[in-house]
Amino acid sequence: MNLLIDLLLWAIAAALGLALAVRSYSMFADSLRFAAREFLMLLPRIAIGMIGSGFIAEILPRHLMPAWFGPGAGAWGLIIATVAGALTPGGPVVGFAIAAAALKSGAGAPQVIAYTIAWALFALPRVLIYEIPSMPPRVVWLRVAVSLPLPFLAAWAAMLVGRP
Amino acid sequence: MSVRPIRRAFDWSAAVIAILAVSSAVTVYLRDGSARFVAILTDDLGLFGWMLPKVLAGCLIGAFVTLLLPREKIAHWVGSESGIAGILVATFAGAIMPGGPFTIYPLAGAFLAVGADAGAACAFVISWTLIGYTRAIVWELPFFGPDFVLWRVIFSLPLPILAGMAARATWKFIARRNGSAA
Repeated sequence: MNLLIDLLLWAIAAALGLALAVRSYSMFADSLRFAAREFLMLLPRIAIGMIGSGFIAEILPRHLMPAWFGPGAGAWGLIIATVAGALTPGGPVVGFAIAAAALKSGAGAPQVIAYTIAWALFALPRVLIYEIPSMPPRVVWLRVAVSLPLPFLAAWAAMLVGRP
Repeated sequence: MSVRPIRRAFDWSAAVIAILAVSSAVTVYLRDGSARFVAILTDDLGLFGWMLPKVLAGCLIGAFVTLLLPREKIAHWVGSESGIAGILVATFAGAIMPGGPFTIYPLAGAFLAVGADAGAACAFVISWTLIGYTRAIVWELPFFGPDFVLWRVIFSLPLPILAGMAARATWKFIARRNGSAA
């Protein structure tokens, strides 16, 4: 699956590069230089983010989390789940691993949904490492602000429907 | 024709993460000993190496797209006057775009640079985050199984659209208050 995604990404990059090179070789060369500069700029940030995420995850009080957002925890459980999600570091597996562990040890499905959505939307390292350098900061903060209600909306939908 | 400005490699946002990472690493070393420290470090270095080709592909896609996309068309499809159709287009694009944060954010930055508005950019990023299939299949499915993931995605479907509309309205409101055109 990992290889498939790499292949798909590189196929898209190659197709776009070819389309640009056919249109204008100098623009193609310019964009190669731009991409290389951006890659080198992102490199130290991603190194810090990836290497740090394992250590940050290690010191989180994971065993406490299921109790904090159990099915009986209600609205407070949702808020705690959302805040916990936002504080979980952004590595690709950390949030899912914690959420799955919480679900297995008896946390409510709406709370776990709120947690994973909050983690996906707000994980601070992801916002700081990737989002801030790539988009205008004003748009990033607007994105974060309009995302605030979303974990609650999804959790309420789950409560209404009674699934999963 | 120039592309987006490139920011510095190390700024306050990187510093925050660096401080978090170093203090966590020191805590792990002191609390759990050097064996655990080395095990986590090896895991994380593996993950870092695994990410690199994707990051490079993401940078290339972002740079090419910026120059390939016709500015007027993008402004028409997903500009500030594109209505709900523009938000839907951005949501769909976010849902089908493969890759991770390393492709999505540079691409969102590229779309903004060629005429997409803040609402469409927010819908795009949020859609990738919540309903993007690569994330769900590669990372979420193994942990939760299909039933949970399917329902989580169904409940998430309207969210990028709602958030995109809210972002666009907020952006226009702020622009109007500042007395400049959106």
